[in-house]
Amino acid sequence: MIPTLSDNVIEVKKLTRKFKQLTAVDEISFNVSKGEIFGFLGPNGAGKTTTINILCTLLLPTSGTAAVNGYDVVSHTSQVRSSIGLVFQESTLDENLSAEQNLLFHSYAYGIPKNERKERLESMLKMVELWDRRHDRIQTYSGGMRRRLEIARGLLHHPKVLFLDEPTIGLDPQTRHKIWDYIQELRKQTNLTIFMTTQYMEEAENCHRIGIIDHGKIVALDTPDNLKDAVGGDILTLRTTDNAAGVREIQERYNLKTTFEGDNIAFSIDHGEQFLPEFVKSFQGHILSISLRRPTLDDVFLKLTGASIRAEGAAPSGLMRRRMMGRMS
Amino acid sequence: MHNYGRAIWVTAYREFLRYVNNRSRLASSFIMPIILLIIFGAGFNKSLGNLVPGVDFIKYMYPGIIAMSVFQTSLFAGLSIVWDREIGFLREVLVAPLPRSGIILGKAAGNAVTAVIQGMVMLILAPFVHVSISPVTVLELIPILIIISLAISGIGLLVGSRLRSQQSFQMVIGVLMLPLMFASGAFFPLNSVPLWLLDIARINPLTYGVDAMRHVFLGNQAASALGIKLFGHLLSTGQDMLLVFVLGVILITITAVLFSKQD
Repeated sequence: MIPTLSDNVIEVKKLTRKFKQLTAVDEISFNVSKGEIFGFLGPNGAGKTTTINILCTLLLPTSGTAAVNGYDVVSHTSQVRSSIGLVFQESTLDENLSAEQNLLFHSYAYGIPKNERKERLESMLKMVELWDRRHDRIQTYSGGMRRRLEIARGLLHHPKVLFLDEPTIGLDPQTRHKIWDYIQELRKQTNLTIFMTTQYMEEAENCHRIGIIDHGKIVALDTPDNLKDAVGGDILTLRTTDNAAGVREIQERYNLKTTFEGDNIAFSIDHGEQFLPEFVKSFQGHILSISLRRPTLDDVFLKLTGASIRAEGAAPSGLMRRRMMGRMS
Repeated sequence: MHNYGRAIWVTAYREFLRYVNNRSRLASSFIMPIILLIIFGAGFNKSLGNLVPGVDFIKYMYPGIIAMSVFQTSLFAGLSIVWDREIGFLREVLVAPLPRSGIILGKAAGNAVTAVIQGMVMLILAPFVHVSISPVTVLELIPILIIISLAISGIGLLVGSRLRSQQSFQMVIGVLMLPLMFASGAFFPLNSVPLWLLDIARINPLTYGVDAMRHVFLGNQAASALGIKLFGHLLSTGQDMLLVFVLGVILITITAVLFSKQD
């Protein structure tokens, strides 16, 4: 019952979850410290949601341990549930009720004291700019409004950790930005710990640390900057009239490993600004376009897993895994 | 223990809200029994005459019809679990610090409240079928309505907690509904039916609920003449209620245990 003495709000050790013959989460270990924004980045079916479901007591681990706010997720479910707020991928609002009724239900369910109920409801609804719509049924809400309301609801009982499972999936860029403004604002105010999953690179940039997860394993875990540095140098991409010949030439002359990004040849190179003029001058093939950029998290992912995170259609194994796991509860 | 009470109350509260908010469901829970009463009454009342002295067919059916309307609402109580699962709201409930068995009890409790209200509203029909009601009738009726709704919502919740889609729920309930409805004594007396039908009636909680209702509305003498025998004995109102209650507790307990199991 005594919370652990360390500053870790989430502690996961050798956590494994199997669904029949499929191992969705495979012996992962990580810690999240207080006030941190920690992100899981990976494609569909990588095991992100399964991990969240275990941490929020919806699923039992097959082996390994996990503790949230110092409480074991298997033996102290009630304490864990009181410590966490959740925003799932799919809506979990009752569409037939109004925003206010949804939040009221939540405050009853979490035993929020009567004298604080009204005040918290008002401040949360105002924060997500839904105060004026509080009496409207959720049926009339847009996707962005629903997600905002879910964030407000997840925070109503003052959790220690907020879990965000793909918090902005399916939302337009403008709404996405707005939601992140709320989250950042909140974190400043309350020193809240945030555990999130995403497949958006831009979104992952908001995290203090990122765990890159693929096929149930954490393949890298560091700050976004360190991860990008590990890719090594800058990324040069070019399109030529004959890409096959281009690749041969780059490999022969510079002994560099190349990959493809759509129609483009891509490779990483140190001191790209100095390399570029020399490269263009001596390249034998006909260059149609060429560009140089700093590595992104997508490059990190590509380097670590050999596949692009955004190529969803091209990852049948991922789709299969998702289907096999089905919809939990 | 504190969490437990909260789980029951918060779930019951929402069930009640859902019931009130859903106007079509509200309407159908009244209209269907009334239509049955009118049609069966019109069809059989003249041709059958009095079943026992002073009790014609419509009068005979009236207590059964009230039980029926409660039966219908209660059986569909389980649909709310399936529905919540489909719209995702079940997750909001499952990750809240509420014991799962408390959630099941809360669903049953919320349904009991609606059952009582529904039974009370059905009393409006009493003058039309020449049944006299007194404040005592009303007081006796309330615990019976609660106990019937408990047992039947036990069946509904058991089905609902195991199934994942509304279609499969409707199918299973559809198959269960007719035999439970007709082998309950609500529409015809069970004292002259074939043995196999009697056997179904004997394991049907609704049978004893209807019997108890008839004791309240038609008096002990008439009710006993039309009642069902268990091990050769006619049952009193108290025995009827005890039977329904025990069946209800068993069903709700099984549901609560199954629902509490984690994946």
